[in-house]
Amino acid sequence: MNFCPHTSEDIKEMCAVCNVNEVDELFKDLPIEKINFKKLGKGISEYEGFNQILDMAKKNKLLSYHFIGAGLYDHVIPSVVDFVASRSEFYTAYTPYQPECSQGTLQALFEYQTAMCNLTDLDVTNASLYDGGTALAEAVLMSLRITKREKIIMDKSVNPIYRNIVKTYLKFLPYELVEVDTVGIEPDFERIKSLLDLDVACFVFQNPTFYGSVYDWTDLINIAHEKGVLAVSSVYPISLGIVKTPGKMGVDIATGEGQSLGNPLSFGGPYFGFLVTKKKYIRNMPGRIVGETVDRNNKRAFVLTLQAREQHIKRHRATSNICSNEGLCALRALVYLCSLGKSGLKELALLNFSKSEYMKEKLSDIGLTIKNKGTTFNEFVVEFKKDAKEVFSALLSKNIAFGVPLYLFEGPENAILVNVTERMSKEKIDNVCSILEAIL
Amino acid sequence: MNLIFEKSKDGRKSFNLPESDVSLKNFPKELSRSDLDLPEISELDLIRHFINLSRLNFSVDTQFYPLGSCTMKYNPKILEKAASIPEFTNLHPFFSILPGCEDMCRGALEIIADFQDVLCEITGMDSATINPMAGAHGELTGIMIISSYHKSKNSKRTKVIVPDSSHGTNPASASMVGYEVVTIPSNSEGEMDVDELKKHLDTDVAAVMMTCPNTLGLFEKNIKQISEMAHSVGALMYYDGANLNAIMGKVRPGDLGFDVIHVNVHKTFGTPHGGGGPGAGPVGVKKFLEEFLPIPRVKREDSSLVVVSNSDKSIGHISSFFGNFAVVLKAYLYIKLLGSDGIKYSAEMAVLNANYVMNRLKEYLKLPFDRTCMHECVFSLSEMAKKGANALDFAKYLIDMGFHPPTIYFPLIVKEAFMIEPTETESKETLDKFVDSIIDAVKLAEQNAQVFKEFPKTTVISRPDETKAAKDLIVKYEKVVS
Repeated sequence: MNFCPHTSEDIKEMCAVCNVNEVDELFKDLPIEKINFKKLGKGISEYEGFNQILDMAKKNKLLSYHFIGAGLYDHVIPSVVDFVASRSEFYTAYTPYQPECSQGTLQALFEYQTAMCNLTDLDVTNASLYDGGTALAEAVLMSLRITKREKIIMDKSVNPIYRNIVKTYLKFLPYELVEVDTVGIEPDFERIKSLLDLDVACFVFQNPTFYGSVYDWTDLINIAHEKGVLAVSSVYPISLGIVKTPGKMGVDIATGEGQSLGNPLSFGGPYFGFLVTKKKYIRNMPGRIVGETVDRNNKRAFVLTLQAREQHIKRHRATSNICSNEGLCALRALVYLCSLGKSGLKELALLNFSKSEYMKEKLSDIGLTIKNKGTTFNEFVVEFKKDAKEVFSALLSKNIAFGVPLYLFEGPENAILVNVTERMSKEKIDNVCSILEAIL
Repeated sequence: MNLIFEKSKDGRKSFNLPESDVSLKNFPKELSRSDLDLPEISELDLIRHFINLSRLNFSVDTQFYPLGSCTMKYNPKILEKAASIPEFTNLHPFFSILPGCEDMCRGALEIIADFQDVLCEITGMDSATINPMAGAHGELTGIMIISSYHKSKNSKRTKVIVPDSSHGTNPASASMVGYEVVTIPSNSEGEMDVDELKKHLDTDVAAVMMTCPNTLGLFEKNIKQISEMAHSVGALMYYDGANLNAIMGKVRPGDLGFDVIHVNVHKTFGTPHGGGGPGAGPVGVKKFLEEFLPIPRVKREDSSLVVVSNSDKSIGHISSFFGNFAVVLKAYLYIKLLGSDGIKYSAEMAVLNANYVMNRLKEYLKLPFDRTCMHECVFSLSEMAKKGANALDFAKYLIDMGFHPPTIYFPLIVKEAFMIEPTETESKETLDKFVDSIIDAVKLAEQNAQVFKEFPKTTVISRPDETKAAKDLIVKYEKVVS
């Protein structure tokens, strides 16, 4: 099938206007060679196409439940999120370059920017980046532009996949990246402190860490600032319902993965990345920004602003090459945050924390060790006396995916990163703990 | 319209969480946040707010949207339905790397592998990745692949060549990979000037980035010669797939000599633009570049699928997993629906529509390059501007006529550029109405250009002060404290 409306009569009339006898004459500039399609067949109907996709979908075996987080979390999504995001006027529009016929998208993004600034206690943000990892990489590049220094310090309790993305972005450029080993699974604050000097552009950390530990980084950030080093962090936005914010700790550029704010897991995307910073750094920030102004009748209006930083104007001197962002996912995040509201987000965060604490207690009761030294939010590392792979596969045979074994990321062989969200019931937690007790 | 923050009243609620089945704990005070300002609003008022906001937008589903370079074609609704199947939406990407979990994501991996195959077939490439999350991200990935390739040959190259008609993302992407950018002017035919290229092409050049047809909507007739010239000094050819919609099913970039390509699936393959994203920018390469593709990578091995998570030669991670998987899923279904015949036919109709609009308008507006165009045509409104109605004014006039304006002031090399891309999904009636409106505007400009400054008159706001926005930099709502 195709979605072209022309009748053969239309085509004839249009060809006549174009002074050609047939459509193919319009392709005379092309060195046409016959394409021999083998894999791609002839077109099919919508009914057939959808059924083929359904057949593929059925090949994905869904488990009873899972404890996988590691940066991407299974939270409840209010029905209003899907409803708003499926409005044609939002999802079939382009980037709002013509403000008069894009005030819907522009105002929504302005509201999104407000929500993200309030959530992180920082001043300015853009209308979204691709995802959590690339947002962190963009923040690192931004710190290099601001400080004009050439060295980056990165804590190894940052999500290992994000660290890989940062490394990919940096490896073609003349900068030095120093990664700091953790002590056990905790950040080595003393070692990081000792590395902060006048050559360092930024130090990069994550809170809660990849391993789930929550810290107040304020003291280290103060020391960094004395040396002119910027603090760049990655943060789990749901945790900010209760956890001390990047802004209050003094972070210069806070980034994160927006998936948990109303976006389904969808095997890796689409999600969105956020990057929030201090007002003085706005001109060094990548991505589109919506600003408030007035129209010719002095009425409040929203427009894309500071476009002179962007690739379509600045070309090779732009702050980034980013053009398409993840606007619709950011809209989902806004609707999600408005649906929960300030008390709802706090309640949600507390629910996650409490359920996770309950599971930690239950695991301790059956003789397992929680490796995190201090406070965690909704994720923690549990240590076993046997191989984590064995534990994981025993539970998998019961249709439960028990977290992320850390050997996958060069961690210890006997530890698993476990996440508990509001979707996990006490009954399921109890069930898993009794299965674990039986196999240990 | 008031902001949702201005409609908030403490104590209202839209969403209710289930009651806790464990006892609630206190989070340590010293690690806790202070107040948080998010709106508190009822579900009905939330829905009204956003639905009324949506009505302030033009969109493909409500208006003709001939935004040049953006390929605003119809987005088939079945694609949305496919992407919301729970077996996909609930699927955690970690299943692709967790031990013994291959069964959990077999269907998703098959879709990725199949998509890679058909993408290669349509573009004439040998291997592909879906990991890049947008066109520009695909460019970045592609240039990183090219850089890694040259490094593997111990070849130190410092420059990337782009034509002056290129999208801004091309030089910006090359620059992010550390390359110096060399810009080649266009000739009188609107194509890359081959003699100029010759002057700059040496063994310092890592790649030549081209969009074909180019952003003037013109096919680069010398493209094969340019590829040969680049290859003769060891440079690679990069294909910006922004305009693939014009030639898909007719000719393949791989057969024109391109080594690396990206495709904007939100342009060519029918996935929605979402008000700025998400898109997806899958990248295809020739066989000799396969080992540099990003990880993780879905690969066919014998009759089964494997996920490669480690590879020394790979550029590494460019996204956490498989980019914007659900967007690629939509593109995959779109390609299956159209099939090889539908893809070719869509390109033909896209080109027919653009030529029809161009031919109907060229006696009224200046056409800087008067030749057969591909999927879009670029006019110059410089003469109209002299009379007092510039490209921006024409755009605002069209908004009042119920059309989303074409792209204006791009490409940069055309003065008062007015770039129309009708796409294949528009009917002759729609195109005629649009063309008639422009002809009316031309006549109006000749009689009384001054009235143009009043357009648009039908929208919620008109002619916002962009200078003020950049000066004041109000980028979030601040509560007025009385």
